[in-house]
Amino acid sequence: MSALPIAQQRKLTSVLWTVICGVFATGVAIVLLLIMGYIIREGYSAISLSFLTRLPRPTGISGGGVANGIVGTLIIVGIAALMAFPVGVLVGTYLAVYSHKRVAQLLSFVADALAGVPSIAVGIYAYTLLVEPFRHFSAFSASFAFAVLMVPLVIRATEGAIALVPRELREAATALGAPESRVVLKILLVAARPGIITGLLLSLARVTGETAPLLFTAFGSQYWELSPGQPMAELSLQIFTYAISPYADWHAQAWGGALLLIVAVFVLSVLARLSILLGRDGRGDGGTV
Amino acid sequence: MTEQTIASPVAPPPGARPSSLLRGERITSKIFVAALQSSCGLFLLIVAGLAAELVWGARLSLKTFGIGFLWSSHWNPVTEQFGAAPFIYGTVVTSLIALVLAAIVGILAAIYLAEFAPRWVGTYLGLLIELLAAVPSIVYGLWGLFVLAPIVANWIGPALQKTLGFLPFFKGPIYGVNVLTASLILTLMIVPTITAITRDLIAAVPMRNREAALALGATPWETAAKVVLPAVRRGIIGACLLAFGRALGETIATTMVIGNRPVISASLFAPGYTVASVIANEFTEATSDLYLSALIELGLILLVVSLIVIGIGRLMVRLFVR
Repeated sequence: MSALPIAQQRKLTSVLWTVICGVFATGVAIVLLLIMGYIIREGYSAISLSFLTRLPRPTGISGGGVANGIVGTLIIVGIAALMAFPVGVLVGTYLAVYSHKRVAQLLSFVADALAGVPSIAVGIYAYTLLVEPFRHFSAFSASFAFAVLMVPLVIRATEGAIALVPRELREAATALGAPESRVVLKILLVAARPGIITGLLLSLARVTGETAPLLFTAFGSQYWELSPGQPMAELSLQIFTYAISPYADWHAQAWGGALLLIVAVFVLSVLARLSILLGRDGRGDGGTV
Repeated sequence: MTEQTIASPVAPPPGARPSSLLRGERITSKIFVAALQSSCGLFLLIVAGLAAELVWGARLSLKTFGIGFLWSSHWNPVTEQFGAAPFIYGTVVTSLIALVLAAIVGILAAIYLAEFAPRWVGTYLGLLIELLAAVPSIVYGLWGLFVLAPIVANWIGPALQKTLGFLPFFKGPIYGVNVLTASLILTLMIVPTITAITRDLIAAVPMRNREAALALGATPWETAAKVVLPAVRRGIIGACLLAFGRALGETIATTMVIGNRPVISASLFAPGYTVASVIANEFTEATSDLYLSALIELGLILLVVSLIVIGIGRLMVRLFVR
């Protein structure tokens, strides 16, 4: 190398590093794709009609399924969304509209802090608040933990989406004599809707597959349990139990469950991105708003 | 559609009494403000409750063991002796290894995506890595347990022992579920975070900086390494801290692959335990109040450390992208 003139040496170094960076980037993508491919292959062979529609059966008896876990996941995440969406959107709106206030700075700081709290700590919180006093595990306590995890995401998304609404829109509405509540409800929130929906979907993706807080809130169940006040089965919890069990047929079911989770999370993530894209297109002819 | 609402304040519809219209408006406004304020209050209350409940739940353990809890390595539920050292050690070691590996891979990958890759490659590869960041940790745990653990036990472990076996880190019998496997799984989980944030940071560097460097005769690599990266150095450190914080708090994936044994061993091939894993495994089995309290104190320690690490990281990233 030292025989080369300095200019060519530098060029060679540049090319070399470009290749190294490229190898790392594609390497990461390939490794992660291989993992996904493995899960799809293993999961696909485990998924069948009975897997999707039946209750778990004792190991050794074939034909068991995770139907109660799928329904449990929908119930737990659904209740969490009912709690987190309104609070998150309202707090996010407050942050965006009254950003100059002292309280807004406090709220913003707290929302950031909450986003950094490990999910297991949130699980402990749900346990001491909603499980211990009632002396039994419940799906509702799991929903509460999920809601706490979702709220900061919804707040940030709402605040960000409203902040992106052109200032002129808000000023024009105010100049026409619209009261603040109407400006926010009919102008800002409507214009920010695509961004907010993206945030809601991403917050759903964030908690779908979250397992740690469920260990001591929803706890899991072998049966059909639809009451939020009772311990409930949940898909990721079932995957965990099956994976650390010594039985091969349960391992297969764990792969099937993992595939279902990945599909759900990917669909939510892609929908989230679509919402922003469609919203951006819509804003072209929405200029009359 | 919305034209009428715009026209209405100018010419109120005939028949509508302006006073009732105004009154309705005022009520809406009041409800609206009340809803905003009460949800903000509720939110603050819930977060304050989180901190209060953890401190309150840990009070028994805090009183019994004091500050010594942090470095005592005895964890014995039968004799009610509880110390956090093995768990803190396992958490820090796995997260640090993951951070170092993920930082090297993630930053180089981000440089490629933002600086060197053709536009469409950068877009699609970036999108793919972002999607993979959303994969639930239980999925990584499952893969780690059934695929990575055997690979570590049969290939990576023996290879490391053969080449670097003189170091204390690579001595002793090789388990499949061990500290190294947990570190590698954490690496996979945080690489997308570091890559995505670093790529955004690099993309935010003004184009004229690059143009100036190139005009002075710098090669593309020199431009990236000596002009672009130094401009966002602190942001990249912030991204690494964010990823580190996430690794510290990661629970289910590490629980599945670390072996769950509360010992401090220099060897990466030996099983270990992390703070989050011991909470996950033993919380529902805690039979005495002191046992439960010790676990909650572990949660409190995890909370405080994660908040500090992630808080600093977020501040540093935000200096650049916002």
